[in-house]
Amino acid sequence: MSVWVLLAVNSIALGGLLFLLSAGFSLIFGLMRIPNLMHGSFFMLGAYFGVTFLDKGLNFWLAALLSGLAMAVIGGVIERLLLRRLEGQVLPQVLLTLGFAFIIGDLCLMIWTGDPWQPATPRHLAGAVQAFGIFFPLFRLVIVGVAVVVAIALWLMVDWTRLGAMIRAGVDDPPIARVVGIKVSRLFTLVFCLGAALAAFAGVMGAPYLSVYPGLDFEMLPLALIVVILGGTGSLLGALVGSFLIGFLYNFGQAMFPDLAYVILFLPMLLVLVLRPQGLFGRVVA
Amino acid sequence: MITPRHGAIALAILLLVTLPVWVGNHYYINIASQILLFAVFALALNVLVGYGGLVSLGHAGLFAIAGYAGALVLQAGHGHLAADLFAILVTLAASAVFAVLALRSTGIGFLMITLALGQIVWGIAYRWASVTNGDNGINVTTRPAPFGLSLSRADTFYYATLLVFLLAVLTMTVFVRSPFGASLRGTRDQARRMTALGYNVWLIRFLAFLFSGFWTGIAGLLFIYYNQFISPQVAALTGSAEVLLMVISGGTATLLGPIAGAAIVVIMKNVVSAYIERWNLVLGVVFVVIISFMPEGLVPGSVRLCRWGWQKLRARRNGVAARPAEEPSP
Repeated sequence: MSVWVLLAVNSIALGGLLFLLSAGFSLIFGLMRIPNLMHGSFFMLGAYFGVTFLDKGLNFWLAALLSGLAMAVIGGVIERLLLRRLEGQVLPQVLLTLGFAFIIGDLCLMIWTGDPWQPATPRHLAGAVQAFGIFFPLFRLVIVGVAVVVAIALWLMVDWTRLGAMIRAGVDDPPIARVVGIKVSRLFTLVFCLGAALAAFAGVMGAPYLSVYPGLDFEMLPLALIVVILGGTGSLLGALVGSFLIGFLYNFGQAMFPDLAYVILFLPMLLVLVLRPQGLFGRVVA
Repeated sequence: MITPRHGAIALAILLLVTLPVWVGNHYYINIASQILLFAVFALALNVLVGYGGLVSLGHAGLFAIAGYAGALVLQAGHGHLAADLFAILVTLAASAVFAVLALRSTGIGFLMITLALGQIVWGIAYRWASVTNGDNGINVTTRPAPFGLSLSRADTFYYATLLVFLLAVLTMTVFVRSPFGASLRGTRDQARRMTALGYNVWLIRFLAFLFSGFWTGIAGLLFIYYNQFISPQVAALTGSAEVLLMVISGGTATLLGPIAGAAIVVIMKNVVSAYIERWNLVLGVVFVVIISFMPEGLVPGSVRLCRWGWQKLRARRNGVAARPAEEPSP
């Protein structure tokens, strides 16, 4: 019995991590329609930054924030200098981001070598919590907590603040948004930076749990992709539900059908595509 | 009527047929075989990317499905004919599944779904070790010997590949000029108008996907016979990206473009791999450079850049004489 409970806890933890990853992807791909194939690379590079900071003896939270900040700068530079010139051209955007994904992947392999890095769980977050007679690993609960906080913060930002209203206006009708004085281009750079930072932050949060190794980028990218396709592009609630669904499928699939776990992961996406192409919580775009 | 174009084609075929004679060295003949087989692959992808306007990032998955299907049947002890037929059938079935799912959407959606499907194939090849032997891959011990002619030598294999390549080019030419090719281009440029004209846009795209999948499968079979080995690496996203690079670097929606692109990428890969281990880095940089500086493709783009640089150089050399003429007089 307790095996299943533990599996469920792991699933929720992975779901939280996936949400942190795909929330940024949802903003960049779902909201701004930029097919950002470097999102997995942001995750991996962020994780590598994080382990390097931790190696230098930095506090875990500080390392995660710094890594997010660094990635925001890198993402911002790429968006501002290169992606911005390709506005609305899907194929060039795909190729550019794919090119950077390869570059980042190979540079990481050069700098951090092919060996996996797994930082120790920070001491104050290690250990376990006892509830209902079962021990839960604290760090996994912390991941879920952070994911929930980020989810609420993003939801408040997008749906209830002036900034969020401006972003939505810029997405829905850029020319009119510009006419009423919204700096759409600057706003989009900001959203891109935020998405990149979230991916890097997720990378650091995931490092003690998944460890960091070459190839992690292209393992995480499809996961972010299926979460967003499953939940519906541009829907944060969809990303949240999708993340936890995938978290459960991944862990239970791994436990029950280890050979085919990877395939099981994609089944709900295929089902959603056939039955409800706009995703579980997606809007139908006219 | 014989035009210069026909002459050029005849000359190209003559050069290709006599290639083993004037190249001589086995290493270079093998590289030529590689170029031809990847040209078939690139031509197949170009049907979707160039003529259909549907960018697939999962074609390495189909390529690997053909390879694995063939390799598995051969490993089970069956003959080459059975293996090849089975591999083509499986690839066609997989293409149909890919098409049904990916054609729920176009544009970014199509691309993302094909990417995800390609990753599934990679996941199966990598994780389902009891069937695919995981990371260790599968060896293909023999090459076929059609009509008693063994393909185990570099030059005989080259000729077999050349034959397949010429067949592929021929069918592509027929396809491009056929009403079906025209209707596919119609769905690319004016999908809504095509629907209004009574064409079944979905069906046209679906059939184009099957056509592309068929030649991808053929290329996949050539690949396992060439390499005599297949591993999950073949299905990785890098593979899909490489073949896409072949298509766009030579210029999409042309017949010659993907062939030139295949030659460029294969030669570049072989040259780069001889000196450094950083092929992915080079691949990424090439992508970024192409997109940023020569969006029309590597071949036309380099010509334009060279011409531009040459003009700058010339302007500088006799700059004093040239400059006042360019500037508007106050």
